[in-house]
Formats: sequence, C-alpha cells, structure tokens
Amino acid sequence: MPKITFIPYRQEEIVVDAEIGATVMETAVRNGVPGIEAECGGACACATCHVWVDPSWYPKVGAPQPMEEDMLDFAWDVRATSRLSCQMKVTEEMDGLIVEVPERQA
Amino acid sequence: MSEVHTTDVVIIGAGPVGLFAVFELGLLDLKAHVIDILDRPGGQCTELYPEKPIYDIPGHPVVGAQQLVDNLMMQIRPFGPTFHFSQQVETVERLEDGTFRLSTDAGTEFHTKVVVIAAGGGSFQPKRPPVPGIEAYEGSSVFYAVRKIEAFRGEDVVIVGGGDSALDWTLALQPVARRLALVHRRDDFRGAPHSVEKMRELVAAGAIDLVIGQVGELEGEGQTLAAALVKTADGTVKRVPATRMLPFFGLTMKLGPIADWGIHLHENLIAVDTEKFETSEKGIFAIGDINTYPGKLKLILSGFHEGALMAQAAKRIVDPGKRVVFQYTTSSTALQRKLGVQ
Ligand SMILES: Cc1cc2nc3c(=O)[nH]c(=O)nc-3n(C[C@H](O)[C@H](O)[C@H](O)COP(=O)(O)OP(=O)(O)OC[C@H]3O[C@@H](n4cnc5c(N)ncnc54)[C@H](O)[C@@H]3O)c2cc1C
Ligand code: FES
Repeated sequence: MPKITFIPYRQEEIVVDAEIGATVMETAVRNGVPGIEAECGGACACATCHVWVDPSWYPKVGAPQPMEEDMLDFAWDVRATSRLSCQMKVTEEMDGLIVEVPERQA
Repeated sequence: MSEVHTTDVVIIGAGPVGLFAVFELGLLDLKAHVIDILDRPGGQCTELYPEKPIYDIPGHPVVGAQQLVDNLMMQIRPFGPTFHFSQQVETVERLEDGTFRLSTDAGTEFHTKVVVIAAGGGSFQPKRPPVPGIEAYEGSSVFYAVRKIEAFRGEDVVIVGGGDSALDWTLALQPVARRLALVHRRDDFRGAPHSVEKMRELVAAGAIDLVIGQVGELEGEGQTLAAALVKTADGTVKRVPATRMLPFFGLTMKLGPIADWGIHLHENLIAVDTEKFETSEKGIFAIGDINTYPGKLKLILSGFHEGALMAQAAKRIVDPGKRVVFQYTTSSTALQRKLGVQ
C-alpha cells in the first residue's frame, strides 16, 4: 500500500496507508486528518478539501483539470501546487506523497 | 405594504424534497406555497452538482441532477404550487388558533395551517473568504450582494472572483464607481465569454484595473475599509484602494433562522418522529436532509418517502375528520383527474 504523509497546519505530520483507487481526500478523512472538511463529499463542488502538494511531488501528481481549476477559485491561499484532494486518485506511483493542509478551508 | 398569502401548507425550501412534497400534498388536495432563498428551484442538486449523474433514484438507472429537478417541476405542475424565490423565511410563529404566521426577509407574509421545513443543509449563503478581520467591515464596506447600485457611486470598488457574479457586477458598477478593480487569482475567468470579453475591453481602455492575485489582508479603520492588499503570483504585495469590496466566493449552506423557531434541534438538525415526520411542534413537519431520526440517511429517496407520510398527517390537520382513502395513481380516477390525466 502506498504511504501518504499529511502535514496539518502547525501539527505533527500524519503518515497513513492509502488504498489504491481511493482519493487523497477519502484517505485523509478515513484517517482523521484535521483540516480537510470535504463538505460536498468529493464532488468537486465545495473546495473544502484543498491541499498544497509538496513541490517535489507536484510534477508526478500533475495539474488540475479545468473543472477543478475553476473550483480552486473558491479555495483560500491557492498556491502553485494547490490541488483539491478529492480529485487526486491514489496510485502505486504515489507511494511517499507529501501534502500540506492549509490553515483554513474557505 | 407587505403581501399576505393564506394557504394550507407552506414549504420552506425548494430542493428536490420540498418539490416532491408538493406532489404528495397535491394528491390529497392540499395547496402549497414554496419559499427558497435561491432564485430557482433545485436546492443542492441545482446549486452544487447540476451536471452530475445520480444513480440511486428508483426507476432511473441514471439521471442528471438538474434533469431530476426539471422532471420534478413537470411532475408537480398539475398542482400549481406558488413559488417565492430569493427570500429567506425569518420567522415562524404560532397563532392562538394553532395556525401559523410566517414572514420572509422580503416582507412577504403567510398564514398557514401547516409548515413543512424542507430546508436541506440550510439556507444557501455567500461564502465569507477567510481574510483576517473581514467581519468588521461587513455591512459597511464589504458586501456579498449588491442591493442598490447607488451605494457604490463614487467609491473605490474592489470585486474579487472570476465567475459570472464577479464579472456581471464589474460591468454594472464600473460606470458609477470612482475606480473599480477586479481581483482574481489567475488570468482566466469562468464567466460567460461575452462578459469576459467586455471586461477585457474595459481593462484595455484603462477604465478598470485587473489585478491577478489573492487578497491576503485588509487595511482600514473601524468599519471603514481603505485598501485590499493583494498577494500576486511573484510574491509581491499590491495595495489596491478599496472603500467597497464585493467578494464572490460561491455559496455555502448555513442553518440560518431555523434555530430561532422554538423547534427541538439535535446537532443542528430537526428531530422528528418516523410516522409523520413531525417536529416537536404540532403542525410543523421536517423532511429531507434537515431532519434526523434513528437510521436517517441523507438521500433524496428518503426525503421522498418522508414527504409521502408527512402529507397524510398534514391532511388530518387541514381537514380534520375527513377520511383519507388510500389510492394508487395507476387506478384511481379521482387521483388521475387531479393529475390532469385524460
Ligand atoms: C455533490 C453531491 C452529490 C450528491 N449525490 C447524491 C446522490 O447520488 N443520491 C442522493 O440521493 N443524494 C445525493 N446527494 C444529497 C442530496 O442532494 C440531498 O439529499 C438533497 O438535495 C436533499 O434535498 P432537500 O430538498 O432536503 O434539501 P436541499 O437540496 O438542501 O434544499 C434545501 C433548500 O432550502 C432552502 N432553505 C433553507 N432554509 C431556508 C429558509 N430559512 N428560507 C428559505 N429557503 C431556505 C435552501 O436555500 C435550499 O435551496 C448529493 C449531495 C451533494 C452535495
Ligand atoms: S470534497 Fe468538495 S471539492 Fe473536494
């Protein structure tokens, strides 16, 4: 199982086993990662599952699709490696992925 | 002068569950008025995921969320519900004779025998961007909607966002504002292409400023805003004069005034029984996502079932003593007449 590291705002990092095919958001929620609200349950309709992908990992996970990019307009403190975690599916290649959780979800 | 509507039932919320309730009530000859803070029917389906397919509506292997709402509107048409959009129900009071008086923030009043709360996740409200200290300026310098264009005349207006609301108000307020700046995090807009084009023309003509970046901080004194500090992509901070700011960051659902109606709540949801879906107050029912009971599932299908049972109980309140005969729409000529079947 790939391992994902979540870095919540001003808290210890959390390393979890992720199921392949699940989304990064689902992985976070199942493991009680603080700061991921996911109000819409992963429909790309709320932007409350916003994360900053570690810059070294960004090329591997790739840029958002247009719908996700539009939804990111509703997120707060959007950065160059911002993604909505419900739109990132866990793959074998993501073993070791590091994502940071912003202080707030807009 | 406020309008007063007298009716059998008022339904608060025009989401899928509120809409189908019109149908179940209509079969029992109960007339309904439906109120929603949004400007159109559909609730979450229309507002949050109109294009998405739903796979668990019985009898529809797949149906788009907006399509489902359109179908419901067609299905309830024979019962002629009266819709009141763009208003929020603020108060619900019981009168001495046991009936209810409701009022909305638009000044509309209702006198009704039964109240059905189908308020889902609550009222849709504009999202407040988490800019530190923004609350202090709300209502004086920061607004989430434009009520009067005149309130922006001669002001330094900053509009934040990249969708239709942001673009439409940019175009509408530019002629009255002293100076207008549109702030968006990227140089790409979701709004209608012709609005984007018009906005670009104004920028090219020097009539408005386009600032690409995100508002990080606000500057001002007391309740009076002076400027927005915009973080740009290269990390520099740009100070944009702002005596009025309009952030457009989409909608979120808030319980709203429901908490003040004296109904028993459980963790921001309305506790109901599972026979009639009545609340702690006789004559006030709650169906759909807003209610809670042991085993509750927040599904459209559950809300439909709740509406059917609620209607039976509502009938007994509106027409006490009248025997309700159980009938099928397939075979009852009486029901078919109501539905306009030839
Ligand atoms: C992304 C997403 C996907 C979903 N997928 C499914 C699915 O596949 N299957 C399924 O069964 N369900 C699904 N759901 C859940 C489903 O949408 C809800 O169960 C359903 O919308 C609930 O309907 P409702 O009528 O109870 O409330 P809502 O749809 O929430 O509508 C309530 C309405 O009441 C209005 N309102 C509230 N308070 C007031 C007030 N005081 N005054 C005026 N108006 C008020 C609100 O503005 C709103 O329009 C999904 C939800 C989301 C967000
Ligand atoms: S959970 Fe709502 S956009 Fe990701």
